[in-house]
Amino acid sequence: MEVNEQIAIDHGLKKEEYKKICDLLKRIPNLTELGIFSAMWNEHCSYKSSRLHLKKLPTSGKKVIQGPGENAGVIDIEDGDAIVFKIESHNHPSFIEPYQGAATGVGGIMRDVFTMGARPIANLNSIHFGSSQHKKTKNLLRGVVHGIGGYGNCMGVPTIAGQTSFDNSYNGNILVNAMTLGLVKKNKIFYSKAAGLNKPVIYVGSKTGRDGIHGASMASASFDEKIEEKKPTVQVGDPFTEKLLLEACLELMAGDSIIAIQDMGAAGLTSSSIEMASKGNLGIELNLNKVPCRESKMTPYEIMLSESQERMLIVLENGKEDLAKKIFDKWDLDFAVIGKTTNTKNIELYYDKKQVASIPINTLVENSPMYDRKWKKTKLPKKNLIKKEEFKKFKIKEVLNKILSNPNVCSKEWIWQQYDHTVMGDTIQKPGGDSGVVRVHGTNKAVAATVDSSAIYCWAHPLTGGKQVVCESWRNLISVGATPIAITNCLNFGSPEKEENMGEFVECVQGIGEACEYLKFPVVSGNVSFYNQTKEIGIKPTPSIGGVGLIKDYKQMITMDFKEINNLVLIIGKTEGHLDQSLFARNILNEKNGPPPEINLFNEKNNGETILQLIKSNLVRSAHDVSIGGIITAVSKMCIKGNKGIEFNKPKYFISEIEYLFCEDQGRYVIEIDPKNLKKVISILNKNSVHFDELGKIIDKNMIINQKTKVTIDELKSYNTNWLSNYMN
Amino acid sequence: MKSAVITFPGSNCDRDMHVALNKFGFKNQMVWHNDNELPKSDLVVLPGGFSYGDYLRCGSMASKSKIMQSVINFAKSGGLVMGICNGFQILVESGLVPGVLLRNKYLEFICKNVFVKIDSKDNPYFKNLDKEVFELHIAHNEGNYFCTNDQLKEIQDNNQVAIYYCNDNGKTEEKFNPNGSLNNIAGIFNKEKNVLGMMPHPERMIDESLSGEDGSIFFKNLLNNIK
Repeated sequence: MEVNEQIAIDHGLKKEEYKKICDLLKRIPNLTELGIFSAMWNEHCSYKSSRLHLKKLPTSGKKVIQGPGENAGVIDIEDGDAIVFKIESHNHPSFIEPYQGAATGVGGIMRDVFTMGARPIANLNSIHFGSSQHKKTKNLLRGVVHGIGGYGNCMGVPTIAGQTSFDNSYNGNILVNAMTLGLVKKNKIFYSKAAGLNKPVIYVGSKTGRDGIHGASMASASFDEKIEEKKPTVQVGDPFTEKLLLEACLELMAGDSIIAIQDMGAAGLTSSSIEMASKGNLGIELNLNKVPCRESKMTPYEIMLSESQERMLIVLENGKEDLAKKIFDKWDLDFAVIGKTTNTKNIELYYDKKQVASIPINTLVENSPMYDRKWKKTKLPKKNLIKKEEFKKFKIKEVLNKILSNPNVCSKEWIWQQYDHTVMGDTIQKPGGDSGVVRVHGTNKAVAATVDSSAIYCWAHPLTGGKQVVCESWRNLISVGATPIAITNCLNFGSPEKEENMGEFVECVQGIGEACEYLKFPVVSGNVSFYNQTKEIGIKPTPSIGGVGLIKDYKQMITMDFKEINNLVLIIGKTEGHLDQSLFARNILNEKNGPPPEINLFNEKNNGETILQLIKSNLVRSAHDVSIGGIITAVSKMCIKGNKGIEFNKPKYFISEIEYLFCEDQGRYVIEIDPKNLKKVISILNKNSVHFDELGKIIDKNMIINQKTKVTIDELKSYNTNWLSNYMN
Repeated sequence: MKSAVITFPGSNCDRDMHVALNKFGFKNQMVWHNDNELPKSDLVVLPGGFSYGDYLRCGSMASKSKIMQSVINFAKSGGLVMGICNGFQILVESGLVPGVLLRNKYLEFICKNVFVKIDSKDNPYFKNLDKEVFELHIAHNEGNYFCTNDQLKEIQDNNQVAIYYCNDNGKTEEKFNPNGSLNNIAGIFNKEKNVLGMMPHPERMIDESLSGEDGSIFFKNLLNNIK
């Protein structure tokens, strides 16, 4: 088939991009070459709309071993240990086929981590669905949860934390973001940079099939009514093969045979071979007849663009082929020498002894398009003038019931009970806490991880929202006693070709960058997912932040459950009554306007570090950050988990009681302390100039808010625990 | 005391079991499914996981693995063989214990703590334990035990039920059954009681920082019983 402009457009390329390809090659590409360009130049692989802005994120720091640009980021956790981690989206495939879409999302991110030599030790996920009333939501939720569980459980990697939200804006575009943490010795990290000439290029893992062809291109386009036709572009996962691949790769990595290794993820063999060669400033030659294929008569075009799962490409040291083959044979995996590194700086493909493609690698990578898209700034909305007289009509108990049973607040136990969260025997904080925590096997250390997003705040004001979500991640780590180290981000947005959506992206990234810079909480890996929209309607901007922190002595880990009657409860951070964009304003008052709560990075850092200081001095018995739903929601969860009550002090409110209990001012934590330590705690708080109030005292079985309002723990539990399981069954 | 844990392709609780056995004083050795012979052992464990990806039926392909012939011979000669979770499924598929394990009643994977009640202590696994109700952890998709009426009668006549799902007071009512298993059965023995298959994972309950410590009690007692 002769390539022309229309065929290029059908491949998702723009007219001017096609022209650029012809100019770079100084000829018209053949179909295989065009396919390779379309795979490398699409948004998903090239970051052409986002690169310019991502450059502004802080990516280095004392603990950063590897920032963005590799399969995953790597941080130092001392004693020669390192954590490899990354988050990635699998949104489009999960909407088309929820089970396989979510499953292969989990499989893909685990591969990114073990490609670097790390054994995966924890999975997390951030999943977002349309309104609970929408007809597709239930099936999508069930499919995604089964898919995540189906893959992660089989791999034997615990799923330790996650986030689930529901919002109309995801009705036609759900989000599935999967994150994995792996553990590796600092001196045994593997990279994707090839080195040396005539080194054998090895293909291992599953055979190549016709599944997932153009998956990356599909992920770089908006949905329309023809979406069902895209099912064949969704890959099919086989966690069993991936488990074997994991064990085989780690076994090979124990020796010194590997020069470079890269998993075949988006754009399969194309991007993996090109990336390794590009990083090593080399050429690569592949004989496609040697690629193990699942189906007969696959064309070079199909072989290069297949996104079949559970495959790896390795550049080996000469003479190590037999040793490597023996390991992969033991694990019943395909193994084939399919090519070699060259000095041509081209990718050259052969099929039936004929050259079927030859492209200078720099045209695919360095010369890939980069756009400075037009974007629109979002003004800070005017503060809402909510009429306080209206508050009198609310009964606190009824409001609390609505808030605790809100789909975005209620217990997600129905979901995480379907994930194996205890395999590997090191999970010391299960899902449902502020962060999941796993011990570093055989040591006294533990790693905490959390994944967060606040699409409502980001939608109301992207700059503030971007900062907020980083702070939320920071707080969730602090609340379990972990020192925050670094983040990974998954940036889910609408079309970059629309100024509003691009503006949301640019300003969220700016907010993320400012917060990361100030908190010394760098970004070490991530992924951008644009075109999360159906026809003209984009999702609310949803950056998901995956934060990782270290607990040096795991026995100092903190949980949120109230521990002991008569202990005192303090609220750290200032409560000023910001209700705009709070759950209360949006769901009880039905008021959707106004700015999100302001972020004060100084207070954020100071409050967080002070809490850590208190924890390290063994002065904190339980802790929980205040997020959506305000103080009363945070305290309710502490009561439910600890099966204990609280008697609130008579407050010295300068604001109304409703504002005090439900506002979403930032930078706040609720902590439980032993009354005998009160003086010590106050002196540390005062010394650090941290604002606090004495919130109340822990009692048995009841939450007593004021003389008129009393709620039993059983009532709190029934408000919070039933919604999701009732909805799903 | 020597133990051996078999690793099948897809096993994923093999390391956890290895850690637990070593922690409580066994000298454990890992054995590859494709080996012919078991090393000399006082206890053989088939660990949890997804052997062969659970393809065909859970445990079915693993039950035909090369090493299984030696495991079966070892069991027939009176050796102690314990199958946990997927290991239990392999025991069922290899015919070492009666019955089958179906998909959980609500068709969902379940991972949580449960209580189980020990029915009889007249066996090498539970002998000398000083309590009946244990809190253990389950994580499975196919733990719904089932057998024919005749088999059930035989199992009961021989006191072959090892543990039942129950509440913290040892009440074995249907509402405490997480997966729909027949009569709340969570684990069973072979007739001679040297082979034990059970769904709960004692190896995940061996540390106060984990889900609990009832697994520690189980392993310590097991070691003492074998000594």
